[in-house]
Amino acid sequence: MFPRFVRLATAAATAALVLAGGARAQEKELAPDLLVKTVTLDVVDLIQKDKDIQKGDRKKLITLIEAKVLPHFNFQAMTSSAVGRNWDKATAEQKARLTDEFRTLLVRTYSSALAAYSNQKFDFRPLRAKPADTDVTVNVRIVQSGDQPVTIDYDMEKRPGGWKVWDVRVGGISLVANYRTEFDNQIRESGVEGLIKTLNAKNNSQVQPAVAGVPKK
Amino acid sequence: MLRMLRDCVLLLLLAGAAGCATTNGDSRDPAEGFNRAMYAFNDGFDEAIGKPVATAYRNVLPSPVRSAVRNFFANIADLWIGANNLLQGKPADTVTDWARFAFNTTIGLFGLIDVASEIGLEKHDEDFGQTFGRWGAADGAYLVWPLLGSSSVRDSVGLIFDISLDPVLQHEPVRVRNAMSILRATGKRADLLDASRILEEAALDRYVFQRDAYLQRRRSQVYDGNPPRAERQVPRAETSDPEPAQSSAPGATRADPAAMEAAVRLLEQPASAAASSGG
Repeated sequence: MFPRFVRLATAAATAALVLAGGARAQEKELAPDLLVKTVTLDVVDLIQKDKDIQKGDRKKLITLIEAKVLPHFNFQAMTSSAVGRNWDKATAEQKARLTDEFRTLLVRTYSSALAAYSNQKFDFRPLRAKPADTDVTVNVRIVQSGDQPVTIDYDMEKRPGGWKVWDVRVGGISLVANYRTEFDNQIRESGVEGLIKTLNAKNNSQVQPAVAGVPKK
Repeated sequence: MLRMLRDCVLLLLLAGAAGCATTNGDSRDPAEGFNRAMYAFNDGFDEAIGKPVATAYRNVLPSPVRSAVRNFFANIADLWIGANNLLQGKPADTVTDWARFAFNTTIGLFGLIDVASEIGLEKHDEDFGQTFGRWGAADGAYLVWPLLGSSSVRDSVGLIFDISLDPVLQHEPVRVRNAMSILRATGKRADLLDASRILEEAALDRYVFQRDAYLQRRRSQVYDGNPPRAERQVPRAETSDPEPAQSSAPGATRADPAAMEAAVRLLEQPASAAASSGG
């Protein structure tokens, strides 16, 4: 039912991600807090310099995120955690497709959030962890006038390919946990296949607004 | 007294929700039918009035003016934020909040400029719902109120205190009060335009997404951003978990003072919750 080339493409993309992660690790293995800081500042700098992205070119922004940010995320872990106890009900092939669709959804959401970024200051908090720890949380705060800082917490795990993010919490709201109920309901109603279909429809239907903040209607 | 009040509200609620079918039987949301109706109403209101007005506000007023409006109301709010921090046993934060108020009201020209943040006095965000949470009250059932939006039994009780003590809402004459309240609400909605757009793009079911985000957010706020870290959900451990209900309730962690309340809450739930944790 599912076109074979998509599966192949998924496998190729996964392999590419693994390779990218491997290459990076050989270069230099950064501490998790340094990694978050480097990538964040790097991406923000690139966005601010890029005139197309400033004008609202969402495709270019997504390409940038895929190149710079994605290699540091463990999407398989994020997906399995969001799917929760139903994960083992899925076949290996379904798991791959689920991960793929969830990644697309997260990247879009992430690009949406980045598009709304406008010169706020970052406050990179010192890492509170022992050197031997393999599961840490990196705290970043976005400071804004007249309001409480927005916290962004990255839950990261040390993997063979370097530190990988397995959950992001914005203002205390875990992305992974927030999808858990939705995924659970969907699987109960129409099974794993139904969830994949819903995600796929969601990803394909989304018309990205050209300029941040302009309502669709 | 608080407990009694809570139980009264809960009873009222269960009576009101008895007629509504609970579509997914989420134990945190026994009034889902009622809540979804309120959510639809709020959504309609937002599409028709809230969002257009907020968008116009953002397009017409330059950013510094909007900041001044935001700062002005944030400054007034710092008074009760400080009081709530005192009630939560954090006097150092209270000192910060009230020092912010003193600096911003004077040097900051009646709060229009947030000078306190510039000199390192950080803004906090507290309310009575958080204070009750700090004292050990669990959220109770999730609730959606017309215009006020997401809440819970605990936070609704908190809201009664917040509103009846709000200097803006208690301001005389009524005309000034109304104008100020509308300005404040418009500014708040305008600040959330980006966030609401992201929510629309991210959610499969916006009601569920927003409800879970609200409950997670409140839990984080009660613990001032450092809630006890939830157990990481590894799929393999997941299947051997005998209590599936627990995995979907981020509020229920073992060494949690709220755990007792949660247990009581479970007992208060109708059979649907018990059935789901048994299966």
